[in-house]
Amino acid sequence: MLSKEKLKELKTIAVKLRRHIIEMICIASSGHPGGSLSAADIVTVLYNYKLKINPKDPGWVDRDRFVMSKGHAAPVLYAALAEAGFFPVEYLKTLRKIGSSLQGHIDMLSLPGIEMSTGSLGQGLSAANGMALAGKMDKKNYRVYCLMGDGECQEGQVWEAAMTSSSKKLDNLTAIVDHNKYQIDGKVEDIKNIHPFIDKWKAFGWEVISCDGHDIGAIVKAFAEAEKSVGKPAVIIADTIKGKGVSFMEQNPLDFHGKAPTLDEQTKAICELCRIEELN
Amino acid sequence: MNEEKAVALRDVYGKTLVELGRENLNIVVLDADLSCSTKTAGFAKAFPERFINMGISEQDMISTAAGLATCGKVVFASTFAVFGSGRAWDQVRMSLAYTRLNVKIVVTHAGITTGEDGASHQANEDIAIMRVLPNMTVVVPSDGIETEKAIRAAADFYGPMYIRLGRAKTPTINTGEGYDFKIGKGVVVREGKDIAIFACGIMVKMALDAADALAQEGIKAKVINIHTIKPLDKQLIIDSAKECGGVVTAEEHSILGGLGGAVAETLVENCLVPMARVGVKDVFGESGLPDELLVKYGLTSNEIVKAAKAVIARKK
Repeated sequence: MLSKEKLKELKTIAVKLRRHIIEMICIASSGHPGGSLSAADIVTVLYNYKLKINPKDPGWVDRDRFVMSKGHAAPVLYAALAEAGFFPVEYLKTLRKIGSSLQGHIDMLSLPGIEMSTGSLGQGLSAANGMALAGKMDKKNYRVYCLMGDGECQEGQVWEAAMTSSSKKLDNLTAIVDHNKYQIDGKVEDIKNIHPFIDKWKAFGWEVISCDGHDIGAIVKAFAEAEKSVGKPAVIIADTIKGKGVSFMEQNPLDFHGKAPTLDEQTKAICELCRIEELN
Repeated sequence: MNEEKAVALRDVYGKTLVELGRENLNIVVLDADLSCSTKTAGFAKAFPERFINMGISEQDMISTAAGLATCGKVVFASTFAVFGSGRAWDQVRMSLAYTRLNVKIVVTHAGITTGEDGASHQANEDIAIMRVLPNMTVVVPSDGIETEKAIRAAADFYGPMYIRLGRAKTPTINTGEGYDFKIGKGVVVREGKDIAIFACGIMVKMALDAADALAQEGIKAKVINIHTIKPLDKQLIIDSAKECGGVVTAEEHSILGGLGGAVAETLVENCLVPMARVGVKDVFGESGLPDELLVKYGLTSNEIVKAAKAVIARKK
């Protein structure tokens, strides 16, 4: 279902997004690289394969909706929007600067193409439910996607929302959990264990699909499987690595949850990403 | 005036919602398992496909309302005032105020007259915590006529709004057809030059009663219904303070941060005059009959009379 050419194209875009993430956070001197990099492949597939959207008409009523509930991973969303043509790539340099539309956490009023403001964790799935409910009411065919963090699932509202999705039979909704296993203060399982995670979602009435969150083909397949669910919402638990693509971030995920790389680190990171691109 | 006619404002809300539901197919109503008390049950019965019972999860309700609003729905979300304001405050801040989305939070059981349920259910702080949010409009209707007009105005207004209703029956003070309700525009309900009494909600009636009592002693009180706490009708407040040289505020809410706080903020920067605030004095309530609680917590026309006289005594 995914041609070799398309696969190669998606892999190339994923590397581009990672480069943008490193560069924009380095220029900003603050931001969250770890959780942006872990979500890069998922967001790449969404914006370049899945989402029915039109950068020239961001308010198109029949568009698919994507809610980035983990609002601190704003850089990966901004990079994807820029690459998709919502605004010039050059503008990414203004991340977190005064007067910029690229707010530290996502602000839907400041940029076209953003469906919901986030940053206070745990609220995105509820908003996505609202969009899915509106879709059902209006008999629209659009799908709603919501990306959450695994640490974010410690928020009680996620589970309030999870009950809403299943009890209202929102099969036009696909949730994705970027399961990178770390939160600011440590390992998710040490701070407040979310496991058994798959069982939790099943118990809340969800179809659960697991996949390698860095295997583009597997992500594409997982989305297709999620769409087959009838009468039930589906969640993709994407197994990811915090800081994916940059070795020293992968090795020290806690150092790079919310810390910008230095100029030297940026150079090193970009070199590594170039090598990944050459291998594609 | 139609003092003899008392209605529960939540009944008026429920009835108006059904009418609006017929007129505007984009209206969607959410409730958090209190539809029989907030009176959204009527809408649920008339338009089940546009009613969503969110269960006992107010935070989820507010963020869901935001999602619906991004798709063009005019959303009314109802629960008790304590939950709609405090329980879901961050969701209101993040998903509604910051995003300026078209959701009307219409709460019932506000204030101490919630009565027998006790302090846990008596929202005396909600005006304060809602009015500090940028982009938020806060309305406190004083009777059934004003409630209907406020709900209709809310449906026509784009943006987040908090409308605060009580549980108990409330006397009617406004006249029906001729009454012109405008969001953000205070209403002079009685003219006078000796003291200005700013009131909202059920305290407007108390202020009128107080003005009657004061008149018997030769004191002419101007009574102003400040139904919209935000945006505040600053000009009317400043002009009335200048005209009367002293002011009293009266609200079924804490004296901290509500109408009294808003009026004080305005006057301290524009027209310093002696002032007193009638309201709940930074304490929690308790179980009891609404009328008993109003007396015990100092929310009576008599308290307004006392406050007015004390302010007049301070006038130079």
